[in-house]
Amino acid sequence: MVRESLSVDDVWKALEDVKDPEIPKLSLVDMGIVTSVSIGEDESVRVVITPTFAGCPALKMMADDIKDRLGKLTKGNVEVEVNYDVQWSTDMLTEKGRQMLKESHFALPGQVNGFVSAESLIKVECPFCGSRDTRLQSPFGPTQCRAIHYCDNCKQAFEQFKPV
Amino acid sequence: MNELNKDAIRDLLYRMADDQLILGHRNSEWTGLGPILEEDIAFSSMAQDKLGQSLALYTLLHDLGDKDPDTLAFNREEKDFKCCHLVEYPIGGYEFSLMRHFLFDSSEALRFGMLAGSSFSPLAKIARKFRGELRYHTMHADTWIRQLGGANEESRAKIQSSLEFCFPLALGIFEPSDYEKTLAEQGVFPGESELQKEWLAHIEPLLAGSGLSMPDVSSCKPSYGGRKGRHTEHLKPLLDEMTEVYKIDPSAEW
Ligand SMILES: [Zn+2]
Repeated sequence: MVRESLSVDDVWKALEDVKDPEIPKLSLVDMGIVTSVSIGEDESVRVVITPTFAGCPALKMMADDIKDRLGKLTKGNVEVEVNYDVQWSTDMLTEKGRQMLKESHFALPGQVNGFVSAESLIKVECPFCGSRDTRLQSPFGPTQCRAIHYCDNCKQAFEQFKPV
Repeated sequence: MNELNKDAIRDLLYRMADDQLILGHRNSEWTGLGPILEEDIAFSSMAQDKLGQSLALYTLLHDLGDKDPDTLAFNREEKDFKCCHLVEYPIGGYEFSLMRHFLFDSSEALRFGMLAGSSFSPLAKIARKFRGELRYHTMHADTWIRQLGGANEESRAKIQSSLEFCFPLALGIFEPSDYEKTLAEQGVFPGESELQKEWLAHIEPLLAGSGLSMPDVSSCKPSYGGRKGRHTEHLKPLLDEMTEVYKIDPSAEW
């Protein structure tokens, strides 16, 4: 049987197995971090990823994980390039990614469209009880992607995937 | 189209990268020392952003033919650094660090805003990205300045005196380079004096709204020299320490 040649779709599908090291429920595709995939000679693969934050400490791990996963798909060379040609924004989260964040009790970021307004950080809907009787405690959470809020209705802190 | 002047661009990139590297290192010194846990985390998080941004800028310099980012950051002589004096000072008290953060990051946010339209497209791309990250830094600084300025007389007086101490240092951010005209003509960057003008117009109402009065610019002597490699006594010990840490573990993450 002749093996069909590797397609770009195969690569995208495989990349769905590569999870974000900081939020392991989400794949890099759900996060919108993978911005382009191309296949060259001898089934070599080139993947471009864009950093969520310039100082994201997980970048190298992501690149290694991509190489590991795609190494199972192709005998060709796998190259992962990190660049800013496409600038990451939470607007690039997929619908599936948003759904999973919600299930993990993260408040979702609103649409940013190029500018984060101060309003998008206040009266954020509580992921536990749905109330908007909430306060921003700090835009700087345990990782760069998260902000911390407090819900005055159900009296607990919650995290928001912060709009960028 | 004329080719862009690479020396002018390199000079601009070094200023920005060095500012962020040094201030990032300074702000990370707050880890474990912040007045409250949230502030501790905030300063650490902003420090991480700054170090990441400086790495991206050193990478652009490397793409232009300069040495690799690690060498540029950790193995250059003091006189080759182009950071301004404001970022060199140790963290001091919280009021000083907060005021520096307010003055510096407001200028940086405006700078990235200008550079988002730069004719040097690799810089424009990262500026568009970093502008978004800076939004959080300026929101943070503005909030705290307003809180401390409006808290009580003692706290207002403290923050006002930090402002007066920091102001000449902050004016040093805008020390003109030898390339102002070239950068502006080639559409790379409108220039330091243009930026300073925007910055003053931006911070004055914020300060006034926080019960603080902005020092008189015309009678204030800017702390120049940093952009030309002449630094305060505070830079050298920090650079030595950074080089030392790098020598022990060159593979360490930024
Ligand atoms: Zn709630």
